[in-house]
Amino acid sequence: MTMNTQGRPTALSAAAALPRLDTVSGSRGLLQHEDLLFEIGTPETTGVDLPKPKGLKSRLGGVARKVDTGLPGLSEPQAVRHYMRLSQRNYAIDLGLFPLGSCTMKHNPRLNEKMARLPGFADIHPLQPQATVQGALELIDELATWLKTLTGMPSVAMSPKAGAHGELCGMLAIRQALIARGEGGTRTRVMVPESAHGTNPATAVQCGFIVDEIKANARGRVDMDDLKSKLARADDIAGIMLTNPNTCGLFETDIREIADLIHAAGGYFYCDGANFNAIVGRVRPGDLGVDAMHINLHKTFSTPHGGGGPGSGPTVFSEALAAYAPVPFVTRDEDGIYRLVEHVEGEASESFGRMVAFHGQMGMFVRALTYMLSHGADGLKQVAEDAVLNANYVQARLRHVMTPAFDGFCMHEALFSDAFAADGIETIDIAKALIDEGYHPMTMYFPLVVHGAMLIEPTETESKAELDRFCDALESVARRAAQGDETLKGAPYLAPARRLDETRAARKPVLKWTAPVTQQVAAE
Amino acid sequence: MRYLPLTCEDRASMLATIGAKSADDFYADVPQSARLKTKIAGLPDHQGELAVERYMTKLAAKNRSASSGPFFVGAGAYKHHVPATVDMIIQRSEFLTTYTPYQPEIAQGTLQTLFEFQTQVAALTAMDVANASMYDGSTACAEAAVMAARVTKRKKVILSGGLHPHYAAATRLLCEAQGLTVVQLTVAIDGEGELARSVDGETACVIGQSPNVFGTVSDLSGVAKSAHDKGALLVSVFTEAVSLGLVTPPGEMGADIAAGEGQSIGNGLNFGGPYVGLFACREKLVRQMPGRLCGETVDADGKRGFVLTLSTREQHIRRDKATSNICTNSGLCALAFTSHMTLLGGKGLKQLAELNHEAACELADALGALKGVEMLTPRFFNEFAIRTPVDAEAVLAMLDEAGVVGGVRASRLFPGDHMGDVILVAATECTTAEDIAAYAAALKEII
Repeated sequence: MTMNTQGRPTALSAAAALPRLDTVSGSRGLLQHEDLLFEIGTPETTGVDLPKPKGLKSRLGGVARKVDTGLPGLSEPQAVRHYMRLSQRNYAIDLGLFPLGSCTMKHNPRLNEKMARLPGFADIHPLQPQATVQGALELIDELATWLKTLTGMPSVAMSPKAGAHGELCGMLAIRQALIARGEGGTRTRVMVPESAHGTNPATAVQCGFIVDEIKANARGRVDMDDLKSKLARADDIAGIMLTNPNTCGLFETDIREIADLIHAAGGYFYCDGANFNAIVGRVRPGDLGVDAMHINLHKTFSTPHGGGGPGSGPTVFSEALAAYAPVPFVTRDEDGIYRLVEHVEGEASESFGRMVAFHGQMGMFVRALTYMLSHGADGLKQVAEDAVLNANYVQARLRHVMTPAFDGFCMHEALFSDAFAADGIETIDIAKALIDEGYHPMTMYFPLVVHGAMLIEPTETESKAELDRFCDALESVARRAAQGDETLKGAPYLAPARRLDETRAARKPVLKWTAPVTQQVAAE
Repeated sequence: MRYLPLTCEDRASMLATIGAKSADDFYADVPQSARLKTKIAGLPDHQGELAVERYMTKLAAKNRSASSGPFFVGAGAYKHHVPATVDMIIQRSEFLTTYTPYQPEIAQGTLQTLFEFQTQVAALTAMDVANASMYDGSTACAEAAVMAARVTKRKKVILSGGLHPHYAAATRLLCEAQGLTVVQLTVAIDGEGELARSVDGETACVIGQSPNVFGTVSDLSGVAKSAHDKGALLVSVFTEAVSLGLVTPPGEMGADIAAGEGQSIGNGLNFGGPYVGLFACREKLVRQMPGRLCGETVDADGKRGFVLTLSTREQHIRRDKATSNICTNSGLCALAFTSHMTLLGGKGLKQLAELNHEAACELADALGALKGVEMLTPRFFNEFAIRTPVDAEAVLAMLDEAGVVGGVRASRLFPGDHMGDVILVAATECTTAEDIAAYAAALKEII
């Protein structure tokens, strides 16, 4: 007997070089094709087994729905596949480095998820008797203590639902304080640096203020001359909204002087705390003259971003504003009983009111406190230092191929301009090419004060090896950009979708699925 | 530290690459007076997973969960069953640990679910278009009011006496900050119709709720007509999304904007948050809408895809001229909503709504049969108000001793409105015949 020595071919055949393979199924290997729910489900299908209603006489008094929703359902296995297949089209922090500057995409510990699902937290009603939720009130009080201690501020409002909602909380407190001073109608001007996040001016306007933009200087900080000239007339100054560390990833060098100038002008200092993660455990905003600051629990304290929320934006206050904070809040009686103050009366008689139903994002509170207890005071300090170290490492590794926007060290994020790119290659091309390298792009075109801005925030939960791999990839893309490599314009090539036509989406908005005409006719 | 991958060697070598001596160099811009020399005092050091879990479990054990006995609390948040599949889906890393879909090529999963969510919400509310969600129902209501003012260029907002008082408070706050006038009608169990009489030529919108905070369901068609006759909008609010399976939805009543709470579908009680605000409107108003919107388009290969769209309404483009300061939606809660809705389907939702209604009917019969208990809500879906001969706070405390969480005392929501003897009671598909019997038996003993 002769052995067959041919074996299987191990070298690539010429066919392997085929550029693109269209499939009958529309799937591409592991990436399964998936239609819209409305194209695969039927209104009769259901993935839940419910008891049959008894057919009791209705007490709706005739206020009954006339036309059924017609919404399709899926059986459980179909539903699981639908969402799993869709999930495969998403990038996520659990897959790799997610360097979105100012968004702080750090690891989300799974212990936090587990704790938030304890029935004692997840399955309690906001209006059940307070005697039956003492543990929940204690948790809110304890988280409040951590936030007050870490910021060096005497008071905190826990109810804001997200960062922008926290901004609203802070600015409404300033508004209320001005009203209490009898200057509500006259002090209407709020200064906002031009580098600020868009929520800052939008929030100021929501509170009835007028926005006055302050310039940035060549070092990426507030232009003090511009600020001082705008403070020359002080009687209409309500305050300033300033992000620190700022949106350029830099600490505002003159922050104490800014605080003093604002206070001297009779205004208040709102600090946007979006970047608190850079200084937590090392600097207390209370020591910087801040009057109000929101904290994004989903940034600094790792509650998951969930594809766009839910966030949580507790807002700390100085003595000057504490009395105007919103209801509800938790207090602790002398006998150790926790109590919710829910109405604008008694000890809350100066409160500006209620921003939201119930008591805030409890599910996020549990996660944030779990995170804080896990890190402790020592660990949180290390968090800030490692976040800043990682950002400076990225800046140092890339500074010879990209153009740092400003000289010197950065804080938790590294900012580059597009100056290094050849004519015709834009920031978006570099960002999309990073997708082909297996990374989520950096924040692009923000802040507005830097041309073609690329803002990179690696966070503290990346290892040196991951940072090196990322920097190698970005370095190669940056070199291609510098050389004017036109193929960048077509990137991404390897993502679940190619570049999408956003102009078309906005020109004639299609915001929901509608049945194709033939199907509608058939139904009628 | 288990969440920090850098080793001491890494840190040293990275500092060398950077050209810094220590991390202190990075904080050189911090004013001397604000530099902390040591770690912050008064807080414990780091702990392992086991220790933290023990601590948190102990805290959780001090709370009484809704599933641990007969439970009848509603008034804006509802105890419903959430399928295991929903919780599995929202814990998938690809959904849980991703960001707002700013890079659509690698976020089609999130974007397609948002597009499906918007379609579902539009169908449920019978409105033309829905956005990708708001923080919760109360903030959706407040945003609806200021949107109506933008649309009509008028400054008066009228709130019904049946609007959830937390929604009313959040709406008043935002409106007054923007210089709008808010008129609150007298608190009334069946007063939504009053809106029709109060609207005038200066009214931007009237805000009615059905089912309202007392559980009363109302047909707001007449209110819509009166509002439209005067050039005002109708904002139709709901706090119980399951009701939309059975009760006349906002769109069928001629509402211009629908704003409500979606917690009941897919989301647990969570002591009040996070929840998911539902927001829908007529097509012609879409460019005045707040919040994120997902729209259909094509990619460079001509394949269907989805993107965030109409962002020229939003803060990151329009800054001080944006329609709202909202940045995030309630993404993961919207995913919970849409995946639960997908499991239910239209037929399942209707059946779920019927079960809720029947549980409430049986509860109403059981409690209404007790001597001294007065049924206050004329037409209801799954909750209603009762009056008892004894002070509500005392009744609820005694019910609690009997193991029954009997509802919300109306005076907690309406202090000073002489509602000391009124209790708001809710039933859902989770309410059993035994629960109802236990409630009736305990209440009979008390009164």
